[in-house]
Amino acid sequence: MIARPLLSVRNLKTYFAQDEGTVRAVDGVSFDVAPGATLGIVGESGCGKSITARSIMRIVDRPGRIVEGEINFRRPSTPGGDGPVVDLTKLEPNGVEMRAIRGAEIALIFQEPMSSFSPVHSVGNQIIEAILLHQPLGRRAARERAIEMLRRTGVSSPEERMDQLSNQLSGGLRQRAMIAMALSCEPTLLIADEPTTALDVTTQTQILELMRRLQQEDGMAIMLITHDLGVVAEMATDVAVMYLGRVVEQAPVDAIFHDPRHPYTRALLRSIPRIRSRTRERLTPIAGAVPHPYDRPTGCPFHPRCADFMPGKCDRQAPSLRSVGDHHAVSCFLYE
Amino acid sequence: MTASRQTLLRVSGLQKLFPIRKGFLKRTVGHVRAVDGVNFHIDEGETLGLVGESGCGKTTTARCILRAIEPTAGEVFMRVAEGSVVEMGKLRPAQLRALRREMQMIFQDPFTSLNPRMTLLDLVGEPLLVHGLRSRREREERVADLLRRVGLRPEYMRRFPHAFSGGERQRIGIARALALHPRLVVADEPVSALDVSVQAQILNLLLDLQSELRLTYLFVAHDLSVVRHISNRVAVMYVGRMVELAETEELFSRPRHPYTAALLSAVPEPDPRTRSRRIVLQGEVANPASPPGGCFFHPRCPHAIEVCRTQVPAWQETSPAHFAACHRAQELQLAGVE
Repeated sequence: MIARPLLSVRNLKTYFAQDEGTVRAVDGVSFDVAPGATLGIVGESGCGKSITARSIMRIVDRPGRIVEGEINFRRPSTPGGDGPVVDLTKLEPNGVEMRAIRGAEIALIFQEPMSSFSPVHSVGNQIIEAILLHQPLGRRAARERAIEMLRRTGVSSPEERMDQLSNQLSGGLRQRAMIAMALSCEPTLLIADEPTTALDVTTQTQILELMRRLQQEDGMAIMLITHDLGVVAEMATDVAVMYLGRVVEQAPVDAIFHDPRHPYTRALLRSIPRIRSRTRERLTPIAGAVPHPYDRPTGCPFHPRCADFMPGKCDRQAPSLRSVGDHHAVSCFLYE
Repeated sequence: MTASRQTLLRVSGLQKLFPIRKGFLKRTVGHVRAVDGVNFHIDEGETLGLVGESGCGKTTTARCILRAIEPTAGEVFMRVAEGSVVEMGKLRPAQLRALRREMQMIFQDPFTSLNPRMTLLDLVGEPLLVHGLRSRREREERVADLLRRVGLRPEYMRRFPHAFSGGERQRIGIARALALHPRLVVADEPVSALDVSVQAQILNLLLDLQSELRLTYLFVAHDLSVVRHISNRVAVMYVGRMVELAETEELFSRPRHPYTAALLSAVPEPDPRTRSRRIVLQGEVANPASPPGGCFFHPRCPHAIEVCRTQVPAWQETSPAHFAACHRAQELQLAGVE
């Protein structure tokens, strides 16, 4: 859909084969991320948004496995011309090329910064390690760079923080330090998986503001994974809505919020409480709950909860993603 | 709201200090001032929303009211069913147990708050048994009735909680809380662990149950959109103190405390056309073990002046039924959300 995407995921399928059956966590996902843009990926628990991110990073834990699809990533341009496009699914997860990409060209930040830092090494040493691994710098230069990154992410007195352990930092500071580590090698793509979900709302504002500023300065693209429609509206240029392992709708951010087409997107937007809504008004909920992954509905995965369910059609076949307008694609039989 | 409503619960000067112990002898070297001088009341049949960020003392306040923990100081008055008002700190254990039937709690996490080895019948029926309903058949009837009320099929009575989704488990928790006909229900973040599409179901259920059963809610939450949706009045806490309290519409559209205004402006709205300049607070929430002098919010407050650094602002009624603890509450023109 985008002329020269930085990342282009096509029909990605990541399955988990388990004794109880196969969980199709990601089941034919396609989307593009443009250079310097922010793609918001929204969905509820079990929709496969985090496994999509882990598939791109090639860090899916066993028994999970990419069984089909392509993840085409454009590597940074060389002085002679454009960077080469590589299909990450073809790379060895721990091979030389994937290790050169992971952490350096594509960086990942998580919801819980506590678990992404080792509790026994100082924050500074971990950032220095990341820099030394990917950049031709000496230890002293790497240390200066780490301090500089902490300063850029708004960590006060960064020289002192370098020697602290991650559990000595507050939640907001840990998230800043993690962003500093992620951006220390100047990635072209930053994948942020629920980066503010564990934070208080005033700290969330600070972190979102920080991510926006660093994106303006460094020009990296962001893939922002969240369940919070407010955060997406605030940050994203484009949005992909996921449900049970599939993208059900993708569009520019304004179209998602003001011209949603998929019944799930529409229902989701109607159901959320809003800060400008009238007090003590009944909400319009979506019936039922997200199905258990072993209990995946046939046909369109949303059909048991859908207000526009067409018997004999939606429960038999799965709709595919089709264009319904300018950069706007929907996976629903209403538009076929 | 009608003016003739009776006060169900009144909290006066509530304080809870947790000692910080250090060293071999576990000497007390200081106190975490979790809740520090909180005053409010809740009328019968209304919902008071209690909001604030993590560590502000909202959950500790709720637990002190239910006497799940003993407050350090302060009084909690409850109007009991017969109409007399009792001070909970003065009750004997037996009297307190009897009063507990009238105050129940709904928890945040429906995955850890239900015993996985108990069936729905046992879970919902347990409070009935504890409070003397011995006949198994009567208990089953009452549990069936409660399950129907919260939107679950009574046939599910013999199942275990793991067979249910998060939303359904929260319904089970609500049924359990309602078993003894409480009058006050304290709900601590009851929807924050749920999927977005399920939150609305539970909020609607809480609204319906309130009008059917004339319940009074103390609704503790950090999500201002959710709080706006369910509350008649809202109280805002910061580092153990209450900074503002008013009717919901009034508080959201005309905040008087800079912290409330910052909280309101920080909520990301699900509409890209309202992306606006946010009030980005500097720094972090003060440490309740060593809070700053004066107003606890002054190091982060964009409107702080000299007096804010030295004097604790008084809790004052800035306009009828609108309370704020800010030296500049009367002069500041703060933006809210309409």
